[in-house]
Amino acid sequence: MPDAPGLELIAQELNATIDGAVLDTYFEHEQAALVVSPDRILDTLRWLRDTPGQEYHFLSSLHAADYLPGEPRFGVHYELLCMPRVERLRVKAALPDPGGEELPELDSCVKLFPTAEFQEREAYDLFGIAFRGHPDLRRILMPEDYVGWPQRRDFPMGGEPVLYTHNEVEMPRWWE
Amino acid sequence: MAQGCAGLEVRREKLRGGRRPEGAPSGRSPRAPLDEPATPEEFRARQLRARDLLRGDLEGRELERHVEEAVVATRFERALGWARANSVFPLTFGLACCAIEMISLVTPRYDIARFGAENMRASPRQADLLILSGRVSIKMAPVVRRIYDQMLEPKWAIAMGACSSSGGMFANYAVVQGADKFMPVDVHVPGCPPRPEALISGFNKLQRKIQGNPDPGWRQRYNAIGTEEWARGGATEPTQEERDAYTAARELTREGSSSPGSDGA
Amino acid sequence: MSAVEELQPEHELLTINFGPHHPATHGVLRVMVTLEGEVVRDLKPIVGYLHTGIEKNCEDKSYWKVIPFVERMDYVSFFFQMQAFCGAVERLLDMEIPDRAKYLRVIHLELNRLHSHLVWLGTSALDVGAMSVLFYCFRERDKVLDLFEMSSGQRMHTRYFQVGGVIEDIPVGWARRVREFCAEMPTRIDQYEAILDRNEIFLNRTRNVGVVPRERLLELGVTGPLLRAAGEPWDLRKASPCLSYADFDFKVPIGTVGDGYDRYRVRLAEMRESVRIIEQAIEGLPDGPHILDDRKYVLPPRDELSTSMEALIHHFKLVTEGFRVPPGETYHSIEGPRGELGCFVVADGSAKPARVHFRDSSFVNLQALREMSVGGYVADMIQNLAMLDPILGGVDR
Repeated sequence: MPDAPGLELIAQELNATIDGAVLDTYFEHEQAALVVSPDRILDTLRWLRDTPGQEYHFLSSLHAADYLPGEPRFGVHYELLCMPRVERLRVKAALPDPGGEELPELDSCVKLFPTAEFQEREAYDLFGIAFRGHPDLRRILMPEDYVGWPQRRDFPMGGEPVLYTHNEVEMPRWWE
Repeated sequence: MAQGCAGLEVRREKLRGGRRPEGAPSGRSPRAPLDEPATPEEFRARQLRARDLLRGDLEGRELERHVEEAVVATRFERALGWARANSVFPLTFGLACCAIEMISLVTPRYDIARFGAENMRASPRQADLLILSGRVSIKMAPVVRRIYDQMLEPKWAIAMGACSSSGGMFANYAVVQGADKFMPVDVHVPGCPPRPEALISGFNKLQRKIQGNPDPGWRQRYNAIGTEEWARGGATEPTQEERDAYTAARELTREGSSSPGSDGA
Repeated sequence: MSAVEELQPEHELLTINFGPHHPATHGVLRVMVTLEGEVVRDLKPIVGYLHTGIEKNCEDKSYWKVIPFVERMDYVSFFFQMQAFCGAVERLLDMEIPDRAKYLRVIHLELNRLHSHLVWLGTSALDVGAMSVLFYCFRERDKVLDLFEMSSGQRMHTRYFQVGGVIEDIPVGWARRVREFCAEMPTRIDQYEAILDRNEIFLNRTRNVGVVPRERLLELGVTGPLLRAAGEPWDLRKASPCLSYADFDFKVPIGTVGDGYDRYRVRLAEMRESVRIIEQAIEGLPDGPHILDDRKYVLPPRDELSTSMEALIHHFKLVTEGFRVPPGETYHSIEGPRGELGCFVVADGSAKPARVHFRDSSFVNLQALREMSVGGYVADMIQNLAMLDPILGGVDR
C-alpha cells in the first residue's frame, strides 16, 4: 500500500490536476483510501490508471456499501491494485441518497476497467445505484422483475419464523 | 388335514406384537405392510377363498375378486413396489454444496449403485427421483417446479440438506424456506451438508416408502403422541380422523412394548 | 479467439438456452448462446439462480456467527472464505495470530486447494468425456475430507477458523495422517496425468481452445490459474503473503498459451505445489497456542469454565452478544483456488458487521467466458466453462 505520506502526495497531486476531486483521505490498518466526490470519479480513476508513477491498472473489486444512518449514505468502493509494485489503493465515491424514488447516480467505469461490468450490475441490483453509461444495466442476482434493493439497510431481512410444535398449527404449509 | 376331518379348523395366530384393538382401522403394527388383513374375520374369509381357488371351486365374480385382492393387489403391487424401489433413476440436479456430497454418492466409497440408483439421468423426462441438493433461491424455485412437473409419474423427491428442507440457516429474502413450499417432498434428509451415508439412509427410507411400507412419522417414532397442540390443551380442536388416530395410537403405545422404535433406519 | 464480431442480419442465428439445469454447467448457470450452425456467435451468462443473500444475512449476526455463513459461498473452497473473513476482522482488530495457528491455517488452506482442484478435475474431465477421472479424483477427495473430519469433526463447512486462530488444536495422529497423505498424493497426481496428459482426445479438445490474450484477461479482472495459464506470474501467496506463506518454498506454475490445456496443466502443477507446502508446514509446525489468549475476542478454554467466574462471564458475553469491533473498514484478499478472493468488512463499533462483501473470483472470471467462447464451437464452450472452473455459490453468493 502507499504509506501515509505517499497517500497524502497522491491526494495533493490529484487535487492539483482535477479540481475538487479528493474530499478526504484516511489511512487505517495499513490500507490507504481516498474519498472522492462522485462527479470526479471517472477522472480520478483515469488519472490513477494512466499516470506514469501511479499505474493502478487492475481493478480488484468494485462494491458498494450502505452507511445508513451516516451521511453520505452510499459509498462505492474501487479497490485498485498496481501489480508491479504490489500496492493497493481504495477509492471511495461518497454518494448521497437523493431520496424518494430517485436512484443515486454515478458514472460507469466500464470503459476504463471492463471488469466492472458485472460488479456494477451487482451494485445496481442490490443497492439501486444507477451507473450512467453502463452498456447493460439490469439485475444480475435477483429475478428480473424484483422490486426493491435488497442490500440496503432499510430493506427487511425476510425469512419466516421457525416451525415448532407450539406454532405448527398457525403456520401455513404448502398445501394451504 | 382340514379336508379330511370335518370338525377341524386350522387357525393362525398372529405372533407379531400380539394385542391389537378390535375394529380399529389403523391398528396395525407399524412394521406390517398396508395390505395385511385388519381383523381375524377378514383373514378367515381370505383363507377360505384361497382354499376354494386351489380346489378350482371359485368362479366368475368371486374368482375375479379374489384374484384382484389376493394376487394383483398384493403380490403384484408388492412386486411393482420392489422393482420401482430398486431401480430408481435419480436426476442430476445439484444446486449448491450438497451437490458435491451427492456426486460423491456415485463414487465407490459411498456407492449408491448397490441400491440400484447409479443411473443418473440428466433429462427429467427419464428420471424418477429429484434429489434437491442445495438451497433453492427465489429465482430458481420456478425452474425447480418446472423440472418436477416435467418428470413422469411415479416420481419422488428427496430434500437433501437443511436448506431445501426448511431454508436452512438462510432465513432471508432470497431463499425459499423449504422446498415443500412449492412442491411435494417425500423424504427430508437433515444435515449441512448431510454425509453421503445420511443421504443413503434417506434414500433407503424412500425405498421403503415406495414399497408401500413407509416408516412411521416422527410422533410415532419418538413416542411423542400427545404433543399435538390440542392434546396438550391448546387452542385448536382435533378433527374426527385425528381423534380416532390419536386413540388408536395411544392404545398401541400405552401397553408399553411394541414401541415403534428403530426399525433399522 | 478474436473479439466479438459484428452480427450481420443475414446470418442464420439460433439462440438457445443452456441451463440453469444442465448436466454440463457447473451448478445453476444459465447461458444464452447465439449459434450459427455449431459456431458460437454471442454468449450471455445469466446468474443469480443461487443467490442466497448471504451478505445481507451477515449484517444480522455477530462476527463469529458470520463464519459459517460465508463458508457456504464458494462451497468447494470453504476454508478460503473463512480465511478472507477472519483475516479482514483480524486486520480491523490489529490482531496477530500465534504461529501455530498460522501454520495450521496454511495446512488446511492448501488441503482445501487440493480438494477444490480435485473436484474441478473430476467434474471437468467428466464434461470432456473422461468419466473414470471422476472416480479417481473423488477417491482422493474423500481422503482430504477424512483429514478435515479428523481435525474439526465435519467433512465440509467445518468453521474451523475463528477470529484469533483456529477453533481447536489438531488431534493426536493427525500430523501422521497428513504425512501419509502427502506421501501418496504425488503418485495419484501422476495417475491423473497419465490418463489425461497425452490423451489424444483430451489434447484435441483442449489445445488452442479458449485462448484470451493476457492483457485482455487483466482488463477483465481475471485472476488465479486462468491468468497464470496465460503467462502472467501473479499469485497473491507470493506477492503479498499472508499467514506464513513466506516461510515455505514453493513454485508458482505459469502457462504459455493460455488455452484449456495450459489451464489444466497449471492446476495439476498447483496441486503438486500444494502437497509440497503441506509437507513443509507439517514438518515445521511450531508448538504453542492454537488461538489467541485474548478473552475479549476469543472463547476461553472449556475446562476453565467450571472454575473461573471471569471465564464464564467472558464466555457468556462472547456467545450471546459477541465481541465488538471498533469502527473501520478493510479489504483483505487472499489467493483462492480460482483467483483473488477478497473480503470487505465495514465495522461500526457494534457486535455485528455493518457490511460484509466478498469479491469472489468466480464472479469476475465469468466475464471472460464470452471472450473465450465466441468464435469457437459450442462443444468448446462447454470445455471453456469447465476450464474456467466457476462455482456458482461464489458467483451468486
